Amino acid sequence: MTLAFPFSAIVGQDTMKQALILTAIDPGLGGVLVFGDRGTGKSTAVRALAALLPPIEVVEGCPVNAARPEDCPDWAEVRSKKIVKRPTPVVDLPLGVTEDRVTGALDIERALTQGEKSFEPGLLARANRGYLYIDEVNLLEDHIVDLLLDVAQSGVNAVEREGLSIRHAARFVLVGSGNPEEGELRPQLLDRFGLSVEVMSPTDIDERIEVIRRRDAFETDTDRFMTKWKRQDGKIRKAILTARDRLRDTESSDAILKDCAALSLALGTDGLRGELTLLRAARALAAYEGAPTITRDHLSKVAPLALAHRLRRDPLDEAGSVTRVSRMVADVLG
Amino acid sequence: MTRPAAATRMERALAALAVDPGGLKGIVLRARMSPVRHAFETALKHMPDTPRRIHPGISDLQLFGGLNIAASLAEGRPVRDKGLSETPGLLVLTMAERTGADLAARLSQILDADTGHALVLLDEGATAEEAPPLSLQDRLAFHIEPEDEALRTQALRLPARADLDTARKGLARIAVPEDAMGLLVALAARFGIDSLRAPLLALRTARALTALDREKSVGEAALMEAVELVYPSRATRFPAEAEDPAMDPPPDTPQPPDDATDEGSGKGAGELPDEILVQAIAALLPPDLLDRLKVARAAQARAASSGAGSKRRGNRRGRPLPSRPGRPSQQARIDPVATLRSAAPWQRLRRTPQNAHRPVIIYPSDIRLRRFEDRSDRLLIFTVDASGSSAVARLAEAKGAVELMLAQAYARRDHVALIAFRGDGAELLLSPTRSLVQAKRQLSSLPGGGGTPLAAGLVAASELAQHARGRGMSPTLVLLTDGRANIPLSGTPDRAEARQDAETIAAGLARQGVPGVLVDTANRPAESARSIAARLGADYLALPRADAHKISASVTAALEH
Repeated sequence: MTLAFPFSAIVGQDTMKQALILTAIDPGLGGVLVFGDRGTGKSTAVRALAALLPPIEVVEGCPVNAARPEDCPDWAEVRSKKIVKRPTPVVDLPLGVTEDRVTGALDIERALTQGEKSFEPGLLARANRGYLYIDEVNLLEDHIVDLLLDVAQSGVNAVEREGLSIRHAARFVLVGSGNPEEGELRPQLLDRFGLSVEVMSPTDIDERIEVIRRRDAFETDTDRFMTKWKRQDGKIRKAILTARDRLRDTESSDAILKDCAALSLALGTDGLRGELTLLRAARALAAYEGAPTITRDHLSKVAPLALAHRLRRDPLDEAGSVTRVSRMVADVLG
Repeated sequence: MTRPAAATRMERALAALAVDPGGLKGIVLRARMSPVRHAFETALKHMPDTPRRIHPGISDLQLFGGLNIAASLAEGRPVRDKGLSETPGLLVLTMAERTGADLAARLSQILDADTGHALVLLDEGATAEEAPPLSLQDRLAFHIEPEDEALRTQALRLPARADLDTARKGLARIAVPEDAMGLLVALAARFGIDSLRAPLLALRTARALTALDREKSVGEAALMEAVELVYPSRATRFPAEAEDPAMDPPPDTPQPPDDATDEGSGKGAGELPDEILVQAIAALLPPDLLDRLKVARAAQARAASSGAGSKRRGNRRGRPLPSRPGRPSQQARIDPVATLRSAAPWQRLRRTPQNAHRPVIIYPSDIRLRRFEDRSDRLLIFTVDASGSSAVARLAEAKGAVELMLAQAYARRDHVALIAFRGDGAELLLSPTRSLVQAKRQLSSLPGGGGTPLAAGLVAASELAQHARGRGMSPTLVLLTDGRANIPLSGTPDRAEARQDAETIAAGLARQGVPGVLVDTANRPAESARSIAARLGADYLALPRADAHKISASVTAALEH
């Protein structure tokens, strides 16, 4: 596999980068949905983030990347007890993928050639403890999306078919991207992504030139470019790791909880999911910034990410929902 | 004899691709079978990488490799096939206009992996709406659409293999002057090119061309040539007409770099794009750029609508059908029980000393595949009468009703399309899509007035319905009219003839089996609309004075039963 573009070298796109960092700090946030035009660096950013994260420790040969030998599922028949380091997995889920390929299925090869019933793990197994990236999620068949979101929520992949009854851990950060021009996502599905970001091409000429310059430098003089950005990437990695440790100790006052509720109520978002995500995202941000408690400032920074896609929106409403959230944040939080 | 510029451009594009296939990613050739295409394909044979032909129906197994079940069974051990994605090279996709979103996504994945693959799309699209997915086109550097008659007799010549090799080796050492990137970006902005892939690809093209010309640094000439090769097909506006609102970037994109254009030209001389360069590209822009843009957007919307689950004969979900023998692939799942059942009777006959240790002996011919019947997606074809007679009375209400129905269609994941007829013809305002924002925008800008070419509206609806069937959708017609046709298909006003035409076509639609609803928008319900509904075999709703909500509710009820 070729080298990933350094995360810190991505020009602009700060909201997208922030959303990705937040999910790296708290994978329980429930993934990110990135919607935007072609050629805005959506997939570059996802791959870059995974390359930036520290390698994970896994049992050698374990198909679900288990951290300890006792976590390896029985069906995998892993004999090795050796722990090896592996880069954080990023698994691409291509459009038109079959359910078998996603969840895993009966290993036809062994069933037919050796007459044994065994399980062939799918993409969900490979994505465990990493990222599952779905480009053009809005074009993915509905039943596959349903399945993914369900697994992402429960963290367990259960396969009951062809006489198999298998379950294995499948905890991953779901990152979906798409171009809204080509079709929309059902509101029910939108709601189940933790954060959402809209990206667009930079409009500033200088910024655009910088994008081209860095990309070109990356492609033509990769080694030098990577060395140049290594330190910056290292800083972000350290900040993410520190924030992960701090997460538990970052406090949320009653006032903040009240603010979260007030915001969600004022915007009329469905259910409690928005509220919870808002709080968790704010906590991750506070931890990232090294603040001991969550402040209103943190809330207002993550509110568009956590709430914009949950507005009970009139499908014919053209006003940007990010604007609506920002306006409401200003109203409620003052 | 001077060679036509178009031939030279094609040669240069091919040569550049030969030098840097992994970076430039490929070419779209839009031409039907012709001497030009023949010349192009002959030239492809001389590329350093042997072209491998693929087709839109290619399976994942062929692309990505995997278990060859037939061979595995025959040999009694797993046999893997190598996929095309594993060995870098030049892939030539024939009939690229038939590429679905699935395949486009997979090919994009292969190209994005930067393993040195290049792709040639042979696009034989007859109408502007038939085209390869834009997401794929955007990744390929060149787009060639030869029209020049003079090209007919030209052979395309590639540089000698040795020259290509030298250029390839020199590629890494090509210097790029500081202002080149600024120039490329500013130019892209002036032509309304939003994707940042375009300037990147132009830069790489310039490098490749410079290497071919054995220069050391990217010069003005190479830049100019690169821009002429990469930008024209991506331009969304003429530089001089940047102010025209109709040429803004496609809807839904939140207003990108309109002002960037002005900024760019207002800045210091260093960043000012060379006027000559602008003119050179402008000269290469197709004269019907604007018309094409509309179609391209429509095609994009349509391509999208075929993306999610519109196949009629599904094989992954839906109601199970009896299993059939066949070859397994990524798309078709094996039915193990049925497979074993078909193999069972032969076990004793098949047993030989060599295979005595195998518990079950299965031959490839035993394999049974699972099949499911999939409910296909519904397409609501809104056909709206925007003629004078209707417009005065109810056009606003009809629009309101359509909007409400659109909202319901959204909730049910139906596809929608919008046809309006007025004056002397019908117009497809919106190709089948799920993008509601587009639908609404088209609708609100729909003007009213003129005659009532009902027949033309029905013809448009019928064509669309047929097309939708071909793509596996179930079309349903929602016709909003007062039924007072006065323009026949011939176009010259004649009430009797118009009525006759409308009824004939309505009957045709009924024969096609397109279900529908007719909403009579006349002030007083009249016989004319009722008889059209009868011919259509559609439900008739006369709503003398209803508001949009009532219309919508009744239509929903009529469609549901």
